[in-house]
Amino acid sequence: MTEQRTEDTTERGEQAAPAAEAAAAEDRRPTVIVDDLHVVYRLRGAGAKGRAAPAAKEGARTRLKRFVTGRQPKGGRQVHAVKGVSFTAYRGEAIGLIGSNGSGKSTMLRAIAGLLPPESGRVYTNGQPSLLGVNAALMNDLSGERNVILGCLAMGMTPEEARAKRDEIIKFSGINEKGDFSSLPMRAYSSGMAARLRFSIASAKKHDVLMIDEALATGDRKFRKRSEARIRKLREEAGTVFLVSHSNKSIKDTCNRVLWLESGNLVMDGETDEVLAAYEEFMSS
Amino acid sequence: MALDGVAAHQRPESDAAERAARYGLSVSGARPNLVEYIRRLWQHRYFITEFAKARSTTKYTRARLGQLWHVFTPLLNAAVYYLIFGLLLGTSRGVPDFIPFLVTGVFIFTFTRNSVMAGVKAISGDRGLIRALHFPRAAMPISAVIIQLREMLVSMAVLAVIVVAMGQVPRLHWLLIVPVLLVQLLFNTGLAMWAARIGSKVSDASQLLPFVLRTWMYASGVMYSIDIMAADAPRWVQVVLDVNPAAVYIDLMRFALIDSFTSAQLPPHVWALALGWALLAFVGGFIYFWRAEEEYGRD
Repeated sequence: MTEQRTEDTTERGEQAAPAAEAAAAEDRRPTVIVDDLHVVYRLRGAGAKGRAAPAAKEGARTRLKRFVTGRQPKGGRQVHAVKGVSFTAYRGEAIGLIGSNGSGKSTMLRAIAGLLPPESGRVYTNGQPSLLGVNAALMNDLSGERNVILGCLAMGMTPEEARAKRDEIIKFSGINEKGDFSSLPMRAYSSGMAARLRFSIASAKKHDVLMIDEALATGDRKFRKRSEARIRKLREEAGTVFLVSHSNKSIKDTCNRVLWLESGNLVMDGETDEVLAAYEEFMSS
Repeated sequence: MALDGVAAHQRPESDAAERAARYGLSVSGARPNLVEYIRRLWQHRYFITEFAKARSTTKYTRARLGQLWHVFTPLLNAAVYYLIFGLLLGTSRGVPDFIPFLVTGVFIFTFTRNSVMAGVKAISGDRGLIRALHFPRAAMPISAVIIQLREMLVSMAVLAVIVVAMGQVPRLHWLLIVPVLLVQLLFNTGLAMWAARIGSKVSDASQLLPFVLRTWMYASGVMYSIDIMAADAPRWVQVVLDVNPAAVYIDLMRFALIDSFTSAQLPPHVWALALGWALLAFVGGFIYFWRAEEEYGRD
């Protein structure tokens, strides 16, 4: 059922005719070009993090070779998370990413951000894309305030800039609404509070290409409204915005183009309404 | 799903590369050249030190005695080695001022050992942070070594107290402590970067490494005098034991602190050796680490 719809997706990213391209060059500047991207996760042993026992089926010799050369084994268990996706994103676009769980949406964003190396294929970007994830690691034993400073420094701010932003970030996160939580270690926070603080830190900086991974889903309704407003503002400043969400409503409200991924393949790429309609039909069938 | 649309997207690579070049796009996550890499690392210097500070203050936050462990750990280490090697095995034979001799050896070696152990986990232990944020990955092993430096400074204060309590008098050549520590710090940072790259690829490395390091420690004259123990050994064995970087740093620190440890006990060209090892480890380690920069997010 998906195949006849993919026809129009091929046209969209291309605009191949040189004359048309030259005419549209000003407002159709590509900001992200994804070219036949493959991402593969390799798992060793039983542990997903790769810290556990070595693979049992691997011969001693290959294991030794791998140890010496530092190269990854070609065998073993693999998860082929993104299987040859290509598209071009242009300045001023807000692109929604949809697909069922495990379809490769977050993995693809990480690869675009350069945080996960591709197995093959290339990603070209304009400047350094920023990924706002809810799971940006912070240190649980540190107070919220120290985490704010640390996060700002990791994004490349100077200590002065970080200190100047601190109060604003804490105020935006709203963690101090129920008492002085910002001076408590983060392990005392509820998961919603921690997620809110992480989002507040990550969104405190200006971004050229901005990618938002499920961030709209964090926090209560009040915080969601505030963060949607923040995202709209970031979008105005940014060249291109990507948004991963399971809420069709927030995609509809914020995006003008949608990519639909299913098991690592790009199923459809087109206007928001068109793709969402197809997606809903697919999900209910 | 066999997807025609996706197949049609697979244009020759040169096309995408050519369009990317025309619009000034660059490959995402590509490794910057060495100069640019150092510049970015310098830009993140505040992150490196703040991260190290945060890590070392949180290390003992859940322990009841809290920060006191920064002092207790080296003291207990020295006590255990004194019990075993000083009292039970009697390796102290022929070594005057054995307690300062032993404790100096233990502390200096521990600095290198802990740096390497921290380095091997610097990337693999913080993958969440690496996958979430952009910064030069060398920040991780470097801040891991800075954490060890902070602990080493506490250890040095403990060491100074022990040495004075054992009858040494602070003299001008105690100032040599500073260059010795700096050179060793450079050496440790280099080793930590080697270890970080290996540990990020081969998770077995953190299992194997303690054995390698223990062997190294026993070969470095930490709890015995190499001159006395290896007196009858072949010449090449003596040379190998003498140029061993750990032994070089330990001997230099003993020379700085202990009156009865004279320059006659130092190997020839000791300062050149110390600096040579440090530069070799640091420059080699830095380049080795940088060459895999784009791969550190991978499992």
